[in-house]
Amino acid sequence: MSKERIKISEDLYDIMPSDYQDLVKSATYGKEDRGWKDIGNSKELIEQHSLCAGCPESMAFRYILASLPNPEDTVMVGSTGCTSLVFPMVAVHNIHSLFGNQNAIASGLKRALSVRFPGRTKDVVVLAGDGATVDIGLDMTLQAWFRQEKFTTICFDNELYANTGGQESGLMQKGFVAKMAPVGKLFDKVRLPEIARESGCHYVVQCTVSKPSLVEKVVRNAVMIAREIGPTYLQLYTPCILEIGKNSMEGLQEMRDSEKPTERFAYKEYVSEPAKQLLAEIAAKDKEKKAAAKQLASQGA
Amino acid sequence: MADTHSVIGTKNKKGQTFTDTWKMMNEAPRTPSFYTGSEVIKEALRRASCDVMIAYPITPQSEAAALIGELFAEGYIGDYFRGESEFAVMSQCAGAAFGGARVFTTTAGPGTMRAMENFPMWSGARLPIQMIVTCRGINSPLSIQPDTLEIAYLLNTGMLVWHAETAQDFFDWILKGYMVSEEPDVHLPLALCCDGFFVTHTKDVVNLTPADMCLPPYDPYRSPVPCMDMECPPVRMMRDPFVMKSNYISYATHASWQQEVWAAVERSRKHTIKWINGLIETENTDAEVLIVSSGTAVSQGREAIRLLEDEGIRCGLVKIKSLRPWPGEEIREATKNAKHIIVPEFNVTGWLAKEIKATIPNSDRVNAGPRVCGGMTMPPEIIVSEIKNLLGMRTMSLAGRGS
Repeated sequence: MSKERIKISEDLYDIMPSDYQDLVKSATYGKEDRGWKDIGNSKELIEQHSLCAGCPESMAFRYILASLPNPEDTVMVGSTGCTSLVFPMVAVHNIHSLFGNQNAIASGLKRALSVRFPGRTKDVVVLAGDGATVDIGLDMTLQAWFRQEKFTTICFDNELYANTGGQESGLMQKGFVAKMAPVGKLFDKVRLPEIARESGCHYVVQCTVSKPSLVEKVVRNAVMIAREIGPTYLQLYTPCILEIGKNSMEGLQEMRDSEKPTERFAYKEYVSEPAKQLLAEIAAKDKEKKAAAKQLASQGA
Repeated sequence: MADTHSVIGTKNKKGQTFTDTWKMMNEAPRTPSFYTGSEVIKEALRRASCDVMIAYPITPQSEAAALIGELFAEGYIGDYFRGESEFAVMSQCAGAAFGGARVFTTTAGPGTMRAMENFPMWSGARLPIQMIVTCRGINSPLSIQPDTLEIAYLLNTGMLVWHAETAQDFFDWILKGYMVSEEPDVHLPLALCCDGFFVTHTKDVVNLTPADMCLPPYDPYRSPVPCMDMECPPVRMMRDPFVMKSNYISYATHASWQQEVWAAVERSRKHTIKWINGLIETENTDAEVLIVSSGTAVSQGREAIRLLEDEGIRCGLVKIKSLRPWPGEEIREATKNAKHIIVPEFNVTGWLAKEIKATIPNSDRVNAGPRVCGGMTMPPEIIVSEIKNLLGMRTMSLAGRGS
């Protein structure tokens, strides 16, 4: 999409909603070095949301949308769950169709965009909860990876079905007592990051969303690698504070506690050889650009 | 004013000329060719300017789905792959259609049932996907034989549903189907059904349009809903997602959208009539006895009519081509003289007879049968026998009928 397309006709300007006027005036579409630091001094691509107060998922949404390298040509695919309450307020095209079919939708979508826009970049990013990714949609999650579909899958792992009221999910910890796990979950948390690696993902990261700079880095990497090489997977811990009995203010601490080196959300990363090469090339180019900018600045001075 | 953006008359990468569909289908010369139904599907697709086809093996559509793969290898289809299940395939089709592609797929029987959750979603999302349904049994124990029960489940999805009798219908309707589906005031998916094996695996003479002509490409910007390609502004859709709300506005929104989908089915009527020359075809509707049916049961009806003629019994015929939109007015008009309406069907429940009964006055005129299912053939003799029974005539007893 050209940024021209979001401009408003002068005659209609005053009747457009203010959040749309703001998008035109100060959103970061097309900004090359966009990132989490734009939050607060530009229009975010997410308007108000209807998640619970203090929900870490809302932080994750804001960081991810601020970090997409190419939002003006990115289409997102969601699924049923808490995420589907947010997507209607997101200013990139996004699709909700059914529960669990997100990676199938994304497969068809990415291929259609490749047929229709040859030679142009159109990124596809899936963002769904752990029920959608690992339980009901696991088949389609894995098959998209087997086929080497070129899009990013992001899983908001809150270790349960939050939107339906806190039922057991495949990513729940063993022993956790929840609805539909009345005597505690009887089997281990599904090891999807390892499965993702074995299924052909070129970039796999598991982390929490406690650090916006880290979220920015992994989102950019995942999207760039998916664009050039093949499937990528991010599993982000976004605890459901409501269902684990925490207060609104405690989400951040819960993530910090869970990402300690011995805990289940310790940072975990896998990068394939071709993906390592690509990241090195991108880093080298960034370095060159910075050096050139520095030189230009010193000449100016 | 001349349309400077028109691609009509230009060539695609395979050297085919984008041709005005009406001219291609109605005025261009036709070549008689002797093909199986599956090969006919391939030949139609060669001319369909299809962007994405997604395949999955299930008898009896596997051959057609694989043949379209050959077309892809030859460069006639934008992209093609095998999905992992019908549920996934129909979602992949949805993804491709959301992204603005002209999409094609084929399925059958248990595949249709497995994918069912997708179909109301396709209609609700206004995706003009075309799906060929080569009907087969959905019963247990496992059957791969022809049986049209699955059509009954498609009738309330909001899809357009057509029922082809012959391979010729199939060839023409695949191409014409896109023209109806893609109209801005319709923009709905089409389930183009045929009776598996009887149509897919038998050879017939089919008159093909020239292979160097193809449909104009799909224009996703004629859609009544935005195409998900970030080529138009990504406005916030709503302030509160309706799924969260239990209030009147939420209910009214869902209700009005469902009504709009069915209004679009209604609006497709005029286009369907234009393209496939009416929702029904009739012969001798002044006769007291009328066979009303769809699919290959119509062909068997034609044979029965010939046999009855030999005995001096006059019988008319109504071939129902479109089940959605439903030709209610047409059927009322065509059956107004009939004293006996015979509805032969290839399924156990007789869904077509039920639809007809709900449509016409004095529905006790409808004889819901003969019906066969599970792959049984329907010899014209059993239709003849049913009609003679109705007329109070003596008939030979038929094995297995218990008469």
